[in-house]
Amino acid sequence: MEQVDFAIVLPEVLLAVYAMAALMLAVYTTKDGMTRLLTWATVGLFLAVAVWIGLCPASREGAAFGGAVKVDAFARFAKVTVLVGAAAVLAMSEDWMRRQNLARFEFPVLITFSVIGMMVMVSAGDLMTLYLGLELQSLSLYVIAAMRRDSGRSTEAGLKYFVLGALASGLLLYGASLTYGFTGTTLFSGIIASVQSGHVPTGALFGLVFLIAGLAFKVSAVPFHMWTPDVYEGSPTQVTAYFATAPKVAAMALFARLMFDGFGDAIPDWSQVVALLSVLSMFLGAVGGIGQREFKRLMAYSSISHMGFALVGLAAGTAVGVQAMLTYMAIYVVMNVGTFAFILAMEKDGKHVTDLADLNQIARREPGKALALLILMFSLAGVPPTLGFFAKFTVLKAAVDAGMNWLAVLGVIASVIGAFYYLRVVYYMYFGAEREGLTLRAGAVQWAILAGSALVMILGVVNLLGMEGAAALAAEALVR
Amino acid sequence: MANLLSIVTFLPIVAAAVLALFLRGDDAASRNNARWLAMIATSATFLISLLLLKDFDPANTGFQFVEDRTWIMGLKYKMGVDGISVLFVLLTTFLMPVTILSCWSVETRVKEYMIAFLVLEGLMIGVFTALDLVLFYLFFEAGLIPMFLIIGIWGGKDRIYAAFKFFLYTFLGSVLMLVAMIAMYRDAGTTDIPTLMTHSFASDTLNLWGFHIVGGVQTLLWLAFFASFAVKLPMWPVHTWLPDAHVQAPTGGSVILAAILLKMGGYGFLRFSLPMFPVASAQLSGFVFWLSAIAIVYTSLVALAQSDMKKLIAYSSVAHMGYVTMGIFAVNQQGIDGAIFQMLSHGFVSGALFLCVGVIYDRMHTREIDAYGGLVNRMPAYALVFMFFTMANVGLPGTSGFVGEFLSLMGIFQVNTWVAFFGTTGVILSAGYALWLYRRVAMGALVKDSLKAISDMSAREKWVMAPLVAMTLLLGLYPSLVTDRIGPSVAHLIETYHAAVPVKTAQASE
Repeated sequence: MEQVDFAIVLPEVLLAVYAMAALMLAVYTTKDGMTRLLTWATVGLFLAVAVWIGLCPASREGAAFGGAVKVDAFARFAKVTVLVGAAAVLAMSEDWMRRQNLARFEFPVLITFSVIGMMVMVSAGDLMTLYLGLELQSLSLYVIAAMRRDSGRSTEAGLKYFVLGALASGLLLYGASLTYGFTGTTLFSGIIASVQSGHVPTGALFGLVFLIAGLAFKVSAVPFHMWTPDVYEGSPTQVTAYFATAPKVAAMALFARLMFDGFGDAIPDWSQVVALLSVLSMFLGAVGGIGQREFKRLMAYSSISHMGFALVGLAAGTAVGVQAMLTYMAIYVVMNVGTFAFILAMEKDGKHVTDLADLNQIARREPGKALALLILMFSLAGVPPTLGFFAKFTVLKAAVDAGMNWLAVLGVIASVIGAFYYLRVVYYMYFGAEREGLTLRAGAVQWAILAGSALVMILGVVNLLGMEGAAALAAEALVR
Repeated sequence: MANLLSIVTFLPIVAAAVLALFLRGDDAASRNNARWLAMIATSATFLISLLLLKDFDPANTGFQFVEDRTWIMGLKYKMGVDGISVLFVLLTTFLMPVTILSCWSVETRVKEYMIAFLVLEGLMIGVFTALDLVLFYLFFEAGLIPMFLIIGIWGGKDRIYAAFKFFLYTFLGSVLMLVAMIAMYRDAGTTDIPTLMTHSFASDTLNLWGFHIVGGVQTLLWLAFFASFAVKLPMWPVHTWLPDAHVQAPTGGSVILAAILLKMGGYGFLRFSLPMFPVASAQLSGFVFWLSAIAIVYTSLVALAQSDMKKLIAYSSVAHMGYVTMGIFAVNQQGIDGAIFQMLSHGFVSGALFLCVGVIYDRMHTREIDAYGGLVNRMPAYALVFMFFTMANVGLPGTSGFVGEFLSLMGIFQVNTWVAFFGTTGVILSAGYALWLYRRVAMGALVKDSLKAISDMSAREKWVMAPLVAMTLLLGLYPSLVTDRIGPSVAHLIETYHAAVPVKTAQASE
């Protein structure tokens, strides 16, 4: 029995052992001198584990530890997305961190810990596992947000993230305890059974709302988004790139897992709450980004808005909706990784800058890179023929399928408002007044990631890179 | 050639990719290479598209050259043309080499300019050939990106404002169409356009938040599509983006905008609104008629007051599109034939007029009418060409403009006499603003010092104009060249339309 349990969580165990071994190795040898080796080893390991999880036969799926951990097609899809996203961010930040004197061996180690947390999150089958995974992830993230210790902005970002994150964890725990109190179990399968046996107890409903509030904080959905712009702006850029990708996927997957596995028979009860969150996020993200002058803050609002769109898929409360959400998140990660690969390269007089105005007429000097960012911007805006359009299309279709026409209409209106600030980036690059000084400096890996993600946005339209079937399987595993 | 339509659609895009990937440097030689490559690619596309005309069977009212493959998310990659769309494809492929030739004098970022135009050509052809809702939407929307860049990078002084207005205006119009498309998908279970054309959407009166919506679901869907096509066409009162976009766009951009992009709106009405929502179309045709009548009279008057040549022609375009919407929603053979004819003719004539403005703009760098006068003295060839297209714009018999206007007015006259009356005043008004423009620019004594040294059209500019003059005359003298090809498809469209709207048919036959 035990053996089977451990076989199911083997990837997590492997990563945990690796992370601790790497930590020890670095501490007892050359410390920061090991950073480069550790980073590439971590990237390699992430990719290997992603391939392993992605290709492992379905017989490895199942529940472990009495149902507290569940590995199914859904978890596997989310894990592969998280691992690939994290690997891409690590790969493109290695060179950059060295140039910024930020090369700390703790970075790849902490990333590994947070990835383990995320992997636990997406296969949680119990409120305890959920919290465990979430906190392992969050604590690692708080630390790397404050990684640049001598910078006021970075420490501020870390502290802000920590305080507000702790508040969210508190809300989540409160919700979990209420749910436990009224259903008598922390197991998702137990909660859903007690819900099935009749109506949802009022107390459990309160619990549900608090749980949603806690999770909404993690996906930065309005009105729990306040931390996002500040943390995005204050953190070192490679950390921001990480925040914008893997943790968002994991939190969104956890959100879906809790809603369907735990409250799958009370869909009307949470679907309206989620729909409200999504509408608010889409609009606030779209409107809030308009006035931004700073690229990272812009991306913060962009991600708020994108989370709103992903939540549309969840609000639909159907298998098609979950499939749409997963597809959306996967495409979202690719777009963000590419965009941050560009942001990381922005440099002026040897210093990293993120002012939008500095992009002026960069297209003249760097036509290829500007073109790649142009494609990514139109993709983020959801303009065809890019993949970003299909991401929006799937979630809107899911909403209409579920009879939520109003949500789809509000979604498209928000996407028009949001298009404005993506266009502004294009405006600076192509139409703006000439301004000297900005150079794009980065290694081959970073350019490959930028070019690769832009190409995916165009060529992915042909067959979605085969992701469609995997997402459908994942959604079926979750929604029965 | 089973993939003829795909080849025609993607050849320009492939050429653009080749330009983007393999052409390096920004010296005179590489600029010339970019121009020639674009010229060869667009000409080759035109020549290949002639095969469409050769093998096209006008008697067949269904779709021809159909390609059908499975795609992602239950969608299909399906292409095909019928009598309504085939000539739009040819209009596009015909005008592109002309436009590229007219842009020969562009010197800034030539490579990017040519890439933008090549991509745009492929997307525009795709709009006319797509037979899947989402594929259509894909091409329809994607065209915004190159046009946004063309206006924004190579445009005039206020290009930023114009580019953003153009993009956001049309984007808002089309996303509503997207929601309608999803709703149609849900209702009919397919995104296949030929299937949807035979699918009857519910038209029972709906009660929505206390409003009685006559025509029900059809009316709602119709309005969503209308929002998109009316902006694109453009119809009064959502035309305001057009004058800005036209004035700021470079000459080539204006030509393509007026000659082809606007036609997508009219094509959309013919492909979606009429066959898919016949009841709603019948219900709302009065609304469209009056919007068209207002557009014709109002924008013609506005055109009279313009001091900027491009703006004047832009307003005249809005007025001319009024005839198109009128003719389409009259839903009879003359009306729709006339509307399609008017769109094709307007493609040649307004494109040529913008080129005429471009010719003198390249010399004097101003579009102010007051800056000119008496050009006939130094530019006889130019004055002749400009005269010819002014007359075609007015609708002089013998030019293509006459046939289009006459047919669509004849169509509308059978349905609504008053609208036809107001529409006809537009003919007089257009003579007013067009001839007055011509008089102020070309006639009189050449007194302005700045114009004393102006030179006549170069050989290249004459070559740009020659095919347009030829087509305008050819269509004007031999209109059945067009009507024979579109006739059966249009007749089929009208037949199915009236079968779906029995009441209206009875009224029309009285």
